[in-house]
Amino acid sequence: MNPGFADPTLDAQTSFRAVLHAMAQPGRILRLPASPAQPPTGLAPAAAALLLALTDADTPVWLDAGPAAAAWGRFHAGCRIVDDPRQASFVFASGPPPSQAALAQGSAEEPHLSATLVLEVAQLAAGSGWVLRGPGIDATARLLVRGAPEDFLAQRAANLAAFPCGVDTILTCGPLLAALPRTTRVEAA
Amino acid sequence: MGEQANAIAARRHWMSVLARASHDALASHLASCAALPAHSLLRGPETGLVMVRGRAGGDGAPFNLGETTVTRCTVQLAGGQIGHAYALGRDPAQAELAALLDAALQHPAHSSELLARVVEPLAQAQAAARDAVLAKAAATRVEFLAMQTTR
Repeated sequence: MNPGFADPTLDAQTSFRAVLHAMAQPGRILRLPASPAQPPTGLAPAAAALLLALTDADTPVWLDAGPAAAAWGRFHAGCRIVDDPRQASFVFASGPPPSQAALAQGSAEEPHLSATLVLEVAQLAAGSGWVLRGPGIDATARLLVRGAPEDFLAQRAANLAAFPCGVDTILTCGPLLAALPRTTRVEAA
Repeated sequence: MGEQANAIAARRHWMSVLARASHDALASHLASCAALPAHSLLRGPETGLVMVRGRAGGDGAPFNLGETTVTRCTVQLAGGQIGHAYALGRDPAQAELAALLDAALQHPAHSSELLARVVEPLAQAQAAARDAVLAKAAATRVEFLAMQTTR
């Protein structure tokens, strides 16, 4: 098994802070300042840092990164690993993710109980690609994403028809992350 | 299945002995053993609080007695063996050494020597200390039944 954060308290706090920034400014690409030095097989550094910073015994987690990553998360974060993505608060997808319609959606009374999808993609870059609008964005922002499923934007649009319910997405790429909260409207360019 | 249960019982025994031993006691018993393999820290040593629960009268309803300080540590040997320790108090060196010994006791090249030279002497010393306390307490025991019969 691999070690977790070098400094469990401070590294989890700086990672949480990075997620706050990313969610407040959708599409902005951030580099996580402190990721685990040796993440487990199947998890990239940013996804591994999010697993440690965001999950604990109260957050069921679904992941497809394999048994080593599941054991690592159980040990360092104390999180519960579930087999059914519908039961998970956090869904970590290194490969093709489960359909967004098959994740927890929250309810009209408690929309915050929906799942957060952490999706590993092949490339994240600013300045071209998708056009983002919504709260936290001055007019428009551009985010180039390679390696997301073909129908990701169509799934997302269908999923957000039930706003305020719906899935929030955090895109990770190696040590980088960018957030697409459910308030952000995305158009393919 | 029975073999696995025995292995779990044996590990439970040595973990409890190691957790109760002070760092100095562990180190002095280790002095006569072969050098321990290199290890890396997986978690800690770190100190936190654990709620101690009790039962009124031994079989009554459980209640929270209070919190106590516990230091835990997890280490891994180069061979992959993982050792854990949870020890009362806040001595990080003790927790790390106990975790390292737990890992080394799972290592076939070290386990018999460590069992014979560290775990067993410590277990005997701890049993002797507990018996001494029990003997002192027993001397002050009042037999109410005896008082009734000698009334």
